[in-house]
Amino acid sequence: MQDKTGSLRRIGTLLQRYVFLHRRSIIRVFDIGFWPVMDLLIWGFMMLYIQQTANTPLAETIIFLIGAMIAWDIHYRGQQAVTISLMEEIWTRNIVNILIAPLRLWEWVAASFLYGTLKVATVTLILGILAHLLYAFNLIQIGWVFLPLAASLLFFGWAIGLGTSGLLLRYGYAAEALIWGIPFLLQPFSCVFYPLEVLPVWAQGIARILPSTYAFEGLRQTLQGKAIPASLWAVLIGLNGFYLALGAGFFVFMFHRARATGRLGHLGQD
Amino acid sequence: MNANELAIEVRGLTHRYERSAGFAVEALDFEVRRGEIVGLLGPNGAGKTTTLHTVLGLLAPTAGVVRVFGRSPLLERMQVLGRINFASVDVHLPSNLLVEECLYIFSNLYGVSYRSERIRNLVERFDLKALRRQRVGSLSSGEHMRLKICKALLNSPELLILDEPTLSLDPYMAHRVRSLLKEIQSERQISILHTSHNMREVESFCDRILFLHHGRKIAEGPPSEVLARSKSRNLDELFIRVAVSGDIFDAG
Ligand SMILES: Nc1ncnc2c1ncn2[C@@H]1O[C@H](COP(=O)(O)OP(=O)(O)O)[C@@H](O)[C@H]1O
Ligand SMILES: [Mg+2]
Repeated sequence: MQDKTGSLRRIGTLLQRYVFLHRRSIIRVFDIGFWPVMDLLIWGFMMLYIQQTANTPLAETIIFLIGAMIAWDIHYRGQQAVTISLMEEIWTRNIVNILIAPLRLWEWVAASFLYGTLKVATVTLILGILAHLLYAFNLIQIGWVFLPLAASLLFFGWAIGLGTSGLLLRYGYAAEALIWGIPFLLQPFSCVFYPLEVLPVWAQGIARILPSTYAFEGLRQTLQGKAIPASLWAVLIGLNGFYLALGAGFFVFMFHRARATGRLGHLGQD
Repeated sequence: MNANELAIEVRGLTHRYERSAGFAVEALDFEVRRGEIVGLLGPNGAGKTTTLHTVLGLLAPTAGVVRVFGRSPLLERMQVLGRINFASVDVHLPSNLLVEECLYIFSNLYGVSYRSERIRNLVERFDLKALRRQRVGSLSSGEHMRLKICKALLNSPELLILDEPTLSLDPYMAHRVRSLLKEIQSERQISILHTSHNMREVESFCDRILFLHHGRKIAEGPPSEVLARSKSRNLDELFIRVAVSGDIFDAG
């Protein structure tokens, strides 16, 4: 009997620990519902799209999906590489050695961009070869226009990566959920697997201010054999420039905040 | 005094961390001259690491001025950071690199000339030769600390900042490291600012000590002088007295 109440107390105490954790971190609460909701949205909108295109041969729809998946990975890996470079320095507690080396902030960022680009190029090559061998999906068939589309997704990935790196400087490990999650938060709105019209009107508003939406739209048009209008390129360049500037500004701001609060010297030690 | 003779000049340094009741460092004044070894002492939480971080430009203090070779470590980072270096118990080297890769990367970041000679020389001095092909993550804490000090000497710094450098070393290794640092210091007249809990170490190693308590400087001078003034038998006794009463003089 004694032991049973003891068990209850211990289990209750462990639960209480989670309450403490969640109470102080909205990010953790957010993490609970986030992934299931995002999955539901993506699959739900995709279903709507497939219903709408009932006349299109299924094979053609699938081709779109494979192309979209490879292109999405470019954006995602680009973002992750930037943030993971920072996270790795923090995990290994090497970050202070980097911060006290005669190294400019932008030089460090440039290295993480290049690291991201190399990763993306490798992954795209592997996926391209696999898709060709297994599913007769030919990336090269898309043509040279794939390069600027991929680059624009990569740039947006860098912009988001700078933003999530800024969060990491400010919130440390508590921001981890956001770092993995933000790209997927944007995914339903980026119209990766379906065109803009599938989204409800409120969501279209969000979609229109994301460069990724236009990149995937361009990809779909290319796969349908259409030419991409100059206006779409213009919007892509403008939006990417805007988000890169915003991401860089946010990162620099968070860096200075972390230096004023003293977090900078203690990164990875909490 | 000629400003050129100062490695570090700190005036009215004050810092209060976010959401913290008191000051971590308050109205601190001190300097470190060229070629001088200064020990920063004080109980846990006295503000030693906070002070070092302002010198390294890792922390923008709430108030006060910090100058390193007459320059601001915040506004003239590049000019300052190339001439100094830092090793700490709390800051590690990348665990996934080999010892020699690690030294190569850092010497390259600092633009060290005659890189391989420099690395070879330091590795030999710090008994790391046998460990060159070992992963940093697999080093014992003492070996890792020696590597950190090696890394901190790669760019032949004019000012070396050390946060509890001998904490993880056994007494023999601590002694070795101190003699090596002394040797290098006298060869090249570098300045050293270091924190320590080890009172005996400080006594023999430092030209001057600064005693901090609750972020304030409560004593300063050559170890023997501070001891004599406090009428303590040794620095251990002095340390305990400070921790208990916040003063170097006996309350009773
Ligand atoms: N990032 C931080 N946020 C809030 N308080 C801090 C932070 N870092 C240190 N402190 C507090 O500032 C005081 C001085 O700390 P520190 O400089 O690390 O002392 P020491 O190195 O002498 O042990 C301590 O009371 C400590 O709790
Ligand atoms: Mg400390």
